[in-house]
Amino acid sequence: MYEHNGEKYFIVDSHMHYWNAAPDNWVPGAEQYAKGWIECFHAYQGLGPPETHWSIEHFQKYSEDDLMKDVFEDGHVDVAVFQPTYLKEWYKEGFNTTERNAALGEKHPGKFIANTRFDPRDGDEGLAEFRRNVDRYGSKGVKLYTAEWNNGSRGYKLSDPEAYRFLEVAQELGIKNVHVHKGPTIWPLDKDAFDVTDVDHAATDFPALNFIVEHVGLPRIEDFCFMATQEPNVYAGLSVVIGGLMYARPKFFAKVIGELLFWVGEDKMTFGSDYGIWEPKWQIEGFVDWDYPDRDEYSDYPAVTTATKKKILGLNAARLYDIEVPAEYQLPADAGTPGARDDAQLVSDT
Amino acid sequence: MIGTSEQVGTEQVNLSLDTVRDPELNQPITSLGFVASCTVSADGDVRVRLRLPTYFCAPNFAFLMVADAYDAVSAVPGVRDTQIVLEDHFAADAINSGVAARAGFVRAFAGEARAELDSLRADFLRKAVLAGTDQVCRSLPDTQAGALSAMTLGNAPPSPERERLRQRRAELGLPSGDDDPLVIDPVTGAAVAPDAVPLHLRRARVTRVGIDANTSICSGMLRHRYPSAEENQ
Repeated sequence: MYEHNGEKYFIVDSHMHYWNAAPDNWVPGAEQYAKGWIECFHAYQGLGPPETHWSIEHFQKYSEDDLMKDVFEDGHVDVAVFQPTYLKEWYKEGFNTTERNAALGEKHPGKFIANTRFDPRDGDEGLAEFRRNVDRYGSKGVKLYTAEWNNGSRGYKLSDPEAYRFLEVAQELGIKNVHVHKGPTIWPLDKDAFDVTDVDHAATDFPALNFIVEHVGLPRIEDFCFMATQEPNVYAGLSVVIGGLMYARPKFFAKVIGELLFWVGEDKMTFGSDYGIWEPKWQIEGFVDWDYPDRDEYSDYPAVTTATKKKILGLNAARLYDIEVPAEYQLPADAGTPGARDDAQLVSDT
Repeated sequence: MIGTSEQVGTEQVNLSLDTVRDPELNQPITSLGFVASCTVSADGDVRVRLRLPTYFCAPNFAFLMVADAYDAVSAVPGVRDTQIVLEDHFAADAINSGVAARAGFVRAFAGEARAELDSLRADFLRKAVLAGTDQVCRSLPDTQAGALSAMTLGNAPPSPERERLRQRRAELGLPSGDDDPLVIDPVTGAAVAPDAVPLHLRRARVTRVGIDANTSICSGMLRHRYPSAEENQ
């Protein structure tokens, strides 16, 4: 929890990792990809405040103690959601697997939610593994990285028939939340890999599942925003938005937040630190203190209130994951009615 | 192939690179800091090294930039031989050899691509038209919906932004004359109806915000990767 100016914030970090990207985990022959991936992540960290930067060695492999200190002791987080990313073509034991996350989670009851994942290209064997993981770790959510390389394939779409087969099983198993992360490759390579149309189709066809689009579809914020206005079960995952823009590019951060509040609305935006890319502490403290710069340019974006921040930093994700929030952190029933949807309606009716 | 003894100026080659844009960010690769070096020999042999913000930048856009750079440089009078080399990228070999062989994207990525990149490029030009529409319309003193839908491109005050919008529209084959409507559908080229203008402008704005945010992240990543890269804002 975080307390500031007499207000209490319940914090759910809905997108974070516990990875091992050190050379001891690189697949022989694929070292350049393993190295390229973690260096790319490390460059993202460069967009945060200098005093929060880590050496590449520390960034490649941080310890359990580092994580517990950065996320919970210093980082104000009440509950953190592990989002696995496998990348087994590059990392011998996987980059950040369900097992690795859950093993840490089991030592700290109540602190973590262990999401799992699937890859539709893994067929029956993958489906069996998915079932085992949900059964063993009680996962309520999955993280899907559609640009993952798999056996010669450079990626998949959520609208592929194989993906639908897995989504049907996910629904059967009681999965509620599907976190989608787009990357730079997909099949075929001539298409825009970041296109979110496939999420749109899946969200329509699986209304019982929530689709949290991580990084708000970056670099396709506009496509994501149009989709989110049409699909009641699509959410904006703010990982990268706060970490990558709030400090480095405050002006663009203000505009992106304004657009998201307008198109998506404060009830459907969730904070994720993307730890270990960025530590949660500065992101949470900075966002609680944040408001639009005092300029005309931002005057027609919806207001950001204390209620807005409480929802984004924890209450929305707590609802998605059925996390019990103590009464002192909750909002009164009538607080912070979001203006965003009404405004959007107004515009489309005009 | 050219028998001229006149030396090619580095400046002309640099100017040709200024015409090459990142299709996604809608800015020249030169101002984005993507040109790591450019040398021109006395005989007119040009060697250009390109670099991108990450090792995993999307290969289709990377291919377009390398291919466009090749075309732009080779078209400079007096250039005898052109080599464009993308560095530090997971698909650099496929892209560099594909462009050098004038092979096209489908052949450069055999089995991994079904079509050339014209449709991808057009999609992003349409985003550029939307973003440019926001730039031009937002700076107008009177942004009332009724007035905007009746305005022509020529009615907007002359500015670099207006000319850039005109150029992007022309590239797509959309109406781009002074008498053509200012606010058009970027797919059909038809004027946007007065009652649809407010939402259209909202879309135009979020498109511009998206492109600007991406550009800012990319330039930050590039500087982290290549600390000597200049600040671009």
